[in-house]
Amino acid sequence: MDYGTAGTALATGLLFGFVLEQAGFGSPCKLTAQFRLTDWSVFKVMFTAIIVAAIGILLLQVDNTFGSQGFYVAEMYLWGTVLGGVLIGAGFAIGGYCPGTSVVGFGSGRIDGLVFMLGMVIGIWAFAGVYDSSVIQTIVTSAQASARTVPELLGVSPWWIVAAMIVMAIAGFAAGRALERRSHGVYSAEDITEGHDPGESDELGRDLGREASASRQHDTA
Amino acid sequence: MSCQVRPLWPPFIAGIVLGLVLLLTFILVGNGMGASGAFARVATEIGLQVAPEATRENGYLGGMAQGNPLAAWIVLAAVGTLVGAILASISSGRFRVKVDRGSGRIGVGARLALALGGGLLAGFGSRLAAGCTSGVGLSNTAMLGVAGFVFLIAFFAVGLLVSLFMRRVW
Repeated sequence: MDYGTAGTALATGLLFGFVLEQAGFGSPCKLTAQFRLTDWSVFKVMFTAIIVAAIGILLLQVDNTFGSQGFYVAEMYLWGTVLGGVLIGAGFAIGGYCPGTSVVGFGSGRIDGLVFMLGMVIGIWAFAGVYDSSVIQTIVTSAQASARTVPELLGVSPWWIVAAMIVMAIAGFAAGRALERRSHGVYSAEDITEGHDPGESDELGRDLGREASASRQHDTA
Repeated sequence: MSCQVRPLWPPFIAGIVLGLVLLLTFILVGNGMGASGAFARVATEIGLQVAPEATRENGYLGGMAQGNPLAAWIVLAAVGTLVGAILASISSGRFRVKVDRGSGRIGVGARLALALGGGLLAGFGSRLAAGCTSGVGLSNTAMLGVAGFVFLIAFFAVGLLVSLFMRRVW
């Protein structure tokens, strides 16, 4: 690997980790709160990022700028993808992280993030141990989709897919906002750093969540 | 103390910046960002140190064992991710060395056992899907890939379901 490739790997990885931490995604509480439907940050950040990147890629592809028509998109083997999503979703709910966010959790000082990373290495060894079995071989090589992208599969313009995703995002944002209001609210920087629930009161009966949001407004001002 | 903790970026802003970082990665490298692939490389490298023959003969790790597994692009990207998270958390006063037990209803041992078990499932699953939330959920979906959408549906559905049994933890 030449220095240029190494540099871009480090730089893009660094930006990735920096943004994820700033979104609060080093915190397993905040991450799993998406699945408890009390904090919709994961949905909002992921959907916004996907839509922004998808629009950028489609615009670049009009004139094949930066060779964008050759950007890599993996093919899909249905059962491997579904079962992988199932296990990573379960691992996320149980362990509090997904692979990338465990690195972010460790980077913000969380030992449990490091232990999750160790668990992944063991899980990969377990996979390697059973890789040659007929069950795993069937899962990872069968039910290949006839096209790599949804627009190709459905035979529609990619812009229709992006439009549908924007509609889904708006619906999700609205649902998320309603559910966040019904619960005790989203995790602030103070909540995830000092380790308390949003809206939780301390021993003096002060509303920690409110103090957090007050200091948040103070910081923004 | 707590007044030094800087606020998180609003989700919408973080999402736009993350999308631009992802777009930049595609422009510079030709593919998206990933995380779990780095762990497959690390698992291969440890295997080569501990049990070189078994690792080289293994159907899955053997391919990656040719050449230097740690010299892959994705390993350096993961190192970058770690450094980026360190920089962000220190500069915003959020860096704390701790075992994150959520609201503290479970002990340190239980939390670490859950983290290890969750990691184990995620590591195994990431090899079945040939990627994780970053490589498939985020990057493949940004390319409007079929795999990305299928992965995200399975990921969120099962996450919601399993989360019902984990209420006591967080």
